Amino acid sequence: MSPMMLDTGSPSFTEFLSSYAPHLLPWRRGVPAEPVGDQIPHATTIVAATFAGGVVMAGDRRATSGNMISQRDIEKVFRTDEYSCVGIAGTASIGIELARLYCVELEHYEKREGRVLSAEGKANRLATMIRGNLPMAMQGLAVVPMFVAYDPDRGEGRIFSYDVGGGPYEQKNYAAIGSGSIFARGALKKLYRENASAEDTVLVCLQALYDAADDDAATGGPDVYRQIYPVVAVIDEEGFRRLSDEEVEAHVRSLLEGRSQSPDGPHAPLR
Amino acid sequence: MSIPFGYVPAEQQMRDKADYARKGIARGRSSVVLQYDNGILLVAHNASRALHKISEIYDRIGFAAVGRYNEFEALRLAGIRYADINGYSYDRADVTGRGLANFYAQQLGMIFTDSIKPFEVEIVVAEVGNTPEEDQIYRLTFDGSVQDEHGAIAMGGQADAVAARLKDHYREGMTLEEALQAALAALTEPGNEPPPTSQLEVAILDRTRPLQRKFLRLTGRRLERLIEAGRKAAEPSGEGGEAATGGPEAQATPPATPPATPPTAPPTAPEGEIDTGSGE
Repeated sequence: MSPMMLDTGSPSFTEFLSSYAPHLLPWRRGVPAEPVGDQIPHATTIVAATFAGGVVMAGDRRATSGNMISQRDIEKVFRTDEYSCVGIAGTASIGIELARLYCVELEHYEKREGRVLSAEGKANRLATMIRGNLPMAMQGLAVVPMFVAYDPDRGEGRIFSYDVGGGPYEQKNYAAIGSGSIFARGALKKLYRENASAEDTVLVCLQALYDAADDDAATGGPDVYRQIYPVVAVIDEEGFRRLSDEEVEAHVRSLLEGRSQSPDGPHAPLR
Repeated sequence: MSIPFGYVPAEQQMRDKADYARKGIARGRSSVVLQYDNGILLVAHNASRALHKISEIYDRIGFAAVGRYNEFEALRLAGIRYADINGYSYDRADVTGRGLANFYAQQLGMIFTDSIKPFEVEIVVAEVGNTPEEDQIYRLTFDGSVQDEHGAIAMGGQADAVAARLKDHYREGMTLEEALQAALAALTEPGNEPPPTSQLEVAILDRTRPLQRKFLRLTGRRLERLIEAGRKAAEPSGEGGEAATGGPEAQATPPATPPATPPTAPPTAPEGEIDTGSGE
């Protein structure tokens, strides 16, 4: 009889995979002898911020291998279920695979158990998966995702960030990951307003990404000539929604208009 | 050489197993699966709100079952694993109803021949396509035989009576409300009240759903509204006499003993054809 029929105990897809087809797990591939970090594309900056009744996540589109730009329109923000998404920074290949696996993990649980995991449950599940990748991280194949979810029990958006060892660390209000995150976080700190509208919060995230791209070579800015704009996701009571390119373009154009007058962006009041 | 003690000829053994499984299935309540204009409707008469007979397997694939709960639950869980592992290692588009039906056929066939006790289940794997012609519905029985179906299917206890009523009420290209009425009529024993909404488990695979996952459970107010709308639509067209016409044939069927040898036999049985697959 097929192993799929036997021991139908665990509702975790990853646990099933580790016994049925362990080679399909991103972290079961054997650790490279030498660090290979710079030879493989890396994804960089992701920002997230909460608003009244939801959360926004945005990611730039650049992937770099060392000093090379390896892709201009890579996607780093992935819908994982109706009320959550992950953004990845670090080794792109492993990050994308992890996001895909995580998406199946959540759906698998939902279908088997007939209920959706709690926001904490989802965050903890991702932590376990990142922990599994630690040996690879030590060889330069680190992936550090950020997870955001709308929590229907509380009626608010939540943000969880991680380190290479797992986590999760819940963040209040806003967070950023990736090489441009230092600059993005500075911008978020200045521009973030509690209980702002979803639209204003999208603008805050786009401004933060712009600042990250301004000072970090590995983060790409909006590419108006090629029409490549950041990926922006909004999650609220209505569920996950990825903004269309047209919507993001409109925001980006107004942002660029402002920056043409004041290149360092909007000023936060001094007092 | 003498025949070993307790020897039962293979033929007899298979027949006994089939009878046993069929009896088990006949004890339960029925489920029906039918196509409507925008998808596939799955309806089960189920007293439990938590233990499902109908389930999502994958984006476009649903599952309906009758028989022994722990057995079809094992099949359901295995099916979800099968679908998720294929979708993960290839692509979501590479998970098909046909593949899943074959997987189930293998498992059920193996269990039927190798185990002392066969599974007392009958299941339907339904995959919604982009058009009604592309819909795929597979019916699988306890011995692993598969049948490729079209239109409307009934299974479970009193399956023949339910199927006959379903046939009377079903036509192609019905709306969801109409299809739901047909399903309800099929699940209603003549002269009796239809099963209360609280005992109906209803789900659809809706091809017009904008999401990747087409499976949707219909419950509570929404289900009541749909049933009510269907009932209203049926009344003015003079189909109110339905119950009356259903009466006479009702008298013929209900007290009749459980169908030991149904006239339209399940797709295969030891005494019948062995697995036609019906794909020809």
